[in-house]
Amino acid sequence: MYRYDDFDERLVTERVAEFRDQVKRRLAGELTEDEFKPLRLMNGVYLQLHAYMLRIAIPYGTLSSQQLRMLAHVARKYDKGYGHFTTRQNIQFHWIKLEELPDAMADLASVKMHGMQTSGNCIRNITTDQWAAVARSEVEDPRVWGEILRQWSTLHPEFSFLPRKFKIAITAANHDRAAIKVHDVGLRLHRNEDGEAGFEVLVGGGLGRTAFIGKTIKPFLPKRHLLSYLEAVMRVYNQFGRRDNIYKARIKILVHELGAEAFAKEVEAEWEKLKDSALALDDTSIAEIARRFIYPEYDASPGDDQSELNATLAANPKFETWYKNSVARHRVAGYEIVTISLKPEGKTPGDATAEQMNAIADLADRYSFGEIRVGHEQNLCLPNVRQRDLFELWRGLDEIGVATPNVNLISDIIACPGLDYCSLANARSIPVAQEITRRFRDLDRARGLGRLHINISGCINACGHHHVGHIGILGVEKNGEEFYQITLGGRADEKAELGELIGPAVPYGDVVDVVEDIVETYLELRANPKEIFLETVSRVGIEPFKERVYAAR
Amino acid sequence: MTAPQQQKLKVKGPVVITANRLRDGAVVYRTAENRWSTAIDDAAVATTAEQAKALLASAAGDGIAAVDPYVAPVELGPDRRVLPGNLRERIRVHGPTFELPGI
Repeated sequence: MYRYDDFDERLVTERVAEFRDQVKRRLAGELTEDEFKPLRLMNGVYLQLHAYMLRIAIPYGTLSSQQLRMLAHVARKYDKGYGHFTTRQNIQFHWIKLEELPDAMADLASVKMHGMQTSGNCIRNITTDQWAAVARSEVEDPRVWGEILRQWSTLHPEFSFLPRKFKIAITAANHDRAAIKVHDVGLRLHRNEDGEAGFEVLVGGGLGRTAFIGKTIKPFLPKRHLLSYLEAVMRVYNQFGRRDNIYKARIKILVHELGAEAFAKEVEAEWEKLKDSALALDDTSIAEIARRFIYPEYDASPGDDQSELNATLAANPKFETWYKNSVARHRVAGYEIVTISLKPEGKTPGDATAEQMNAIADLADRYSFGEIRVGHEQNLCLPNVRQRDLFELWRGLDEIGVATPNVNLISDIIACPGLDYCSLANARSIPVAQEITRRFRDLDRARGLGRLHINISGCINACGHHHVGHIGILGVEKNGEEFYQITLGGRADEKAELGELIGPAVPYGDVVDVVEDIVETYLELRANPKEIFLETVSRVGIEPFKERVYAAR
Repeated sequence: MTAPQQQKLKVKGPVVITANRLRDGAVVYRTAENRWSTAIDDAAVATTAEQAKALLASAAGDGIAAVDPYVAPVELGPDRRVLPGNLRERIRVHGPTFELPGI
């Protein structure tokens, strides 16, 4: 966990007071909606179909149990008793009242939480790997760099009115769980041939209306130059990014139109001016920020007796199924990483009730040093669970309905709120996801299908990351009816690719059958049971899937 | 999607003026008495672009009570009840199309 200092506390508290005054003036009619809208957006407040929505940042996906309890409190006191974890390590409350927002924000500020950088044309909440500091292959904790970037970017006057929003993600592990290649800037912390740690810098990735995979413009950037180099990237974007057309304003369009090489040259030229400025990071300031992260005091004694765990697993098949699916190896012997599935059958992906949040906070205190992580897949994670506590933890999770052993399976669906909440959406996402989870409720069958990610977006803005779903589903509207385009072969990891469209959109009522057709085709075509869906699609292409889907329709 | 507020005003059938209430975001409808009501049945129904424009102008002038008014299609039931005219508006009237968690 990162311990915020007095400066952060003052910043958040002052922001609440400022927003309280803005709300008061708006309600009194002293501010028009045109004047008020940019102010509320700077605090993560949107107006959706039925109500205001408050989006709260969870910087680099790390939450304390105290913060999670506060989110539960906000859900219960100011909303309808639940919250929705998003694909960018934020949480949203969908039924907030404007007149109560200042009080909700004050409560959140008491645990250093806020909605800054969750909306508007600024650098958004910095995201990273939910397994940061516990993943086995990691170079170092990427959250330290997330925090450095947070401090640099928060209320940065030069970057508060960018051409469009700007998203940065960091990974420091071999396997990319942060989807860095589909961010405006992706940072991969790795070691060069001399063993020095530094960043590969990718720019111009992104989904939405025009999707691109990010391009590497700097294969190795020494860590001390991170801020100066990113400031140079932002300046080039600020100078050349289009402001005349909202659909062409993201950095990905600039990088695409200019070419990655030319863009990189511009950045290098700008960087030369900044490189040795005050933005150059010295070891002391990096160490000061790193020191504010509190790490668990792991038990240094040898790992737990595996035979005891094996006996418990053998005696409890349900626990064993969950263990095999939701528990991953930790870098410290005797500890495990536990993913908490927020994807139970027939429910909304990423939703958690206040009761569940409170219970998870209690379980985190008991079994994971009071720390919870949030992943972009809309699941939670307890990063530091002692192996011997797994069974009791599983019982606790199972009791509150968050132990469905479907992590990375077909029912572990990423979905945006869609037309059920969002004023931008063309079609619903959540009911489609719910129906798919019902169709594939048989977890033996789901396990037989192996790793298979479905991503659903209710409009081209792609909050459900449909382009990078193994099966991507995009809702569109045709003559007032909901239709869905299907893509295959997308992925968001270190080998990120955009999915390929298989053909004309299908009506709402056909989507689940289409998924079933695709899955059956995969089962018939896979070379062996170990060949996962993505590998089959990559080997045979989309044609056989297309034939099957459209032959029946 | 282009938000309804940004779309060109076209009136091909009965329409109402709808918005979100400023203080809490609740869905509201403009009435014939130039007030806001949370009941769609209370909405003033326009059938021509001129009527819709007049209602919209009056609604837009009331920026303190409601936000972002726009013209929404409706259907008229056999008993003259006002029904939402598309899925988006049905969802705004009835809420999300699934059971909410925690309720």
